[in-house]
Amino acid sequence: MGAGVPLVDVVLDVRHLTLRFAGLVAVSDLSLSVRAGELLGIIGPNGAGKTSVLNCINGFYRPQEGRIRFLDRDVTRLLPHTRAALGIARTFQNIALYPHMTVLQNILSGRLVHMRSSLMGCGVYWGFGQREVLRHRERVEEIVDFLEIEAYRDARVGELPYGIQKKVELGRALAMEPRLLLLDEPMAGMTVDEKLDMARYILELREVRGLPMVLIEHDMGVVMDLCDRILAMDYGRKIAEGPPEEIQNHPDVIRAYLGEEHGLAEEVAGR
Amino acid sequence: MSAVLERPTLAPEARKASLRALDTFPKRLLHNAERFGDRVAFREKEFGIWQEITWRQYLEHVQACAGGLLALGMRRGDVVALVGDNRPELYYLAMATQALGGVSCGMYQDTLAEQLAELVDFADARFVFCEDQEQVDKILAMEDRLPKVERVVVDDWRGMWRYHHAKLVRFSELEALGREFLAREPDRFLQEVAQGRGDDVAIFCLTSGTTSLPKLAMLSHRNLLAQGENFLAVEPHMSSQDEFVSFLPFAWIGEQMISYTLHQLVGFTVNFPEEPETAQRDLREIGPHFMFAPARIYEGVHSAVTVRMLDAGPVRRRVYEAAMAVAGRVVDAQAAGKPVPGWLRALWWLGYWTVYRPLLDKVGLVRMRVAWNGGASLGPDYFRFFRGLGLNLKQIYGQTEIAGISCVHRDGQVRFWTMGSPIANTELRVTEDGEIISRSPSVFLGYYKNPEATRRALRDGWLYSGDTGVLDPSGDIILFDRSEDIITLQDGTRVPPRVIEDMLKFTPYVQHAMVLGEGRPYLAAILNVDFQNVGKWAEDRGIAYTSYMDLSQKPQVLELLEGLVRETNARLQPGWRVRAFVSLYKEFHPDDDELTRTRKLRRRHILERYRDLVEAIYAGADRFRATVTVRYEDGRVATLHPTLEIRRLAGDG
Repeated sequence: MGAGVPLVDVVLDVRHLTLRFAGLVAVSDLSLSVRAGELLGIIGPNGAGKTSVLNCINGFYRPQEGRIRFLDRDVTRLLPHTRAALGIARTFQNIALYPHMTVLQNILSGRLVHMRSSLMGCGVYWGFGQREVLRHRERVEEIVDFLEIEAYRDARVGELPYGIQKKVELGRALAMEPRLLLLDEPMAGMTVDEKLDMARYILELREVRGLPMVLIEHDMGVVMDLCDRILAMDYGRKIAEGPPEEIQNHPDVIRAYLGEEHGLAEEVAGR
Repeated sequence: MSAVLERPTLAPEARKASLRALDTFPKRLLHNAERFGDRVAFREKEFGIWQEITWRQYLEHVQACAGGLLALGMRRGDVVALVGDNRPELYYLAMATQALGGVSCGMYQDTLAEQLAELVDFADARFVFCEDQEQVDKILAMEDRLPKVERVVVDDWRGMWRYHHAKLVRFSELEALGREFLAREPDRFLQEVAQGRGDDVAIFCLTSGTTSLPKLAMLSHRNLLAQGENFLAVEPHMSSQDEFVSFLPFAWIGEQMISYTLHQLVGFTVNFPEEPETAQRDLREIGPHFMFAPARIYEGVHSAVTVRMLDAGPVRRRVYEAAMAVAGRVVDAQAAGKPVPGWLRALWWLGYWTVYRPLLDKVGLVRMRVAWNGGASLGPDYFRFFRGLGLNLKQIYGQTEIAGISCVHRDGQVRFWTMGSPIANTELRVTEDGEIISRSPSVFLGYYKNPEATRRALRDGWLYSGDTGVLDPSGDIILFDRSEDIITLQDGTRVPPRVIEDMLKFTPYVQHAMVLGEGRPYLAAILNVDFQNVGKWAEDRGIAYTSYMDLSQKPQVLELLEGLVRETNARLQPGWRVRAFVSLYKEFHPDDDELTRTRKLRRRHILERYRDLVEAIYAGADRFRATVTVRYEDGRVATLHPTLEIRRLAGDG
């Protein structure tokens, strides 16, 4: 293998993952993979273990069984910040920003994994520190431009509308220059317009930057429209996996998701 | 080779003489690139930093664009339509078009796809410049109605990763094509510019016609340049060291006049905000030296300030109120031509440093030498407010058909009730019917493909404005209203509705007001509450609401409005008082044909659209059940039936 990023088809490979909390099985023998440039959706009823899977992938939880490979490297034992430095970024279901800091500062915090100068170096500022700060600011500005949040640069995050905060959170994840992005319900609680915007950003990230992503989302219309492949979970298990059309009509998915009577297709149609 | 030979060319001497004449914009630009060189022509905020473009670079971009247009087959006389927020690229392309003897035609960026297609097609544009995906989508969606459009130049390609339409050209590609082209024919640009004449049509300008289809006014280089010179002759407030912020639509004659014409004549710096949403903030960062804006901008600033003061603590509010009382007295004395006593001047000075100046600074107007209000006139109350703060606010009067301006207030003679006096080389008269007519070198060439409308507007070199007014003994013109808008009540009383509407709107709570009563026994008003400000007012009082519709009908809100109408009535003579009003369940909007793109009322459309409501008002009803069809973004259609309360006020006000 030469220098630089290894060219792999499978970016993330999770094998036989099992996560238990005391007696409770949150994730059970789950395997999944994300290929280069792919958008994988994870769906399932509340409590199916979707967020737990993300927490295992980025290292918040230690699974009892299974292995996680990221870019041909076993990351099962690595700490969250090490995985972040390797390129796994995520957003959270409940916004986890610094509410008293500005939008720029929040996004800049995503750059911390790329900061090279020491505390002393930054303190002196001039020279290397200055060049580095300028470089990071530039990357942040590109993200501000991408997410169209120019008007909020210096606003405190805590005072911003919910939809904007969600954008800022995505911005912070992007500031890490991730090679894999985990999105935990990025559109929850958004208005129709805001959802459309967010869908546009996600599509652009995939189409233009080829960024692989894992998306947890409850809005079935969004998941079916955006994702290349969908994995359905229930009670911590994978119950189906495949392209959207297939999942939409999968009998197990329909049963798990909506009880016996209804079809998932109806929910999609009725959104 | 034959094509090159056929092209008429000028002998070197004739070319030099032509370029020296400076009678077209491209010749001016060549001159300015030499004169100003590395001085800053444009500043655009990108990635949070103000990026500078010098005069020399301006010319280089224009040359590249012109070369690109030539490479794509542009011919003299072709029309290029331009749609988008103000960006340097828009100016490069407009100038490049004119350099090749073409006509640039700005379109309002918020125009709906169908209307845009209609306009572009009507203008016979062969090329369209779109700022971004939003505009491209409109053009492509209407492609089958635009057979004459050959190329669509796109500045910002974002979101268009799957667009492979053969007509689309990136702006950067256009420039690259142009550089190649000019490398092959290096003389071509100068040759083309030298062929231009002052009487060539430079722009088509959409008139803000408040009736029927908009019209395209043809204005020549001479019309526009004369306009700029005649205006500068009476308003020498601009210098090449100044800053200007360009945030109003490029399609508007006012913006053309300042950031295109006067920019070339004076050489100040034009600054472009990052996004429309950041315009306010960017304005403050730049601190422009002058501004030319329509009434709604000043109304907006006033409303923002008032709301903030209502929100301030009691001490601050007292100080503010006291200071504004002082300001009002000073302005009234000045307007009446009376001397301002020394003690009052001292108080004003105190107020300036403690209240007015910090306030102007907050809204970015602190460095402003002069602010002109154009388009619709601004109510006298606003004049008192801004002039009291020490802002040299002046009224401008004019039409697109006279390249923008025919009258302006002179320094020291700002009388709020007039529209000022004619600028240099401009005559103004009032006909026996009371119509204002004017004549100057800037009177337009006619409407494109509309000889009938041209005949009506242009008679013996005079421009007929369709406005009713009188000449003040001082020589200033006093505008009543559009002739067709003046209301004649049943008893024959004639009322200019604008005067009353301006008074009704002088609160942060009313966004739009329309007064009606043609042929009726009394006046009534349809009001639009300001969603943001009334929404905040309601929140402060713990009034819960769900939507604009809901908020507009809250009894407390109606009480608030009734109080405002009463206050207005108290200042009006009995025949002009508003006897009934409704708070409409929706805001007037250009997409519904209720407002023009410059946000003026389209009265006839409104009367037509709300005919049943108007009937109910004059039938003496207390309530009106409206039928509203709502189309959601996903295509669903719903019908709602809000009930409007019709409030009535007693005759004594």
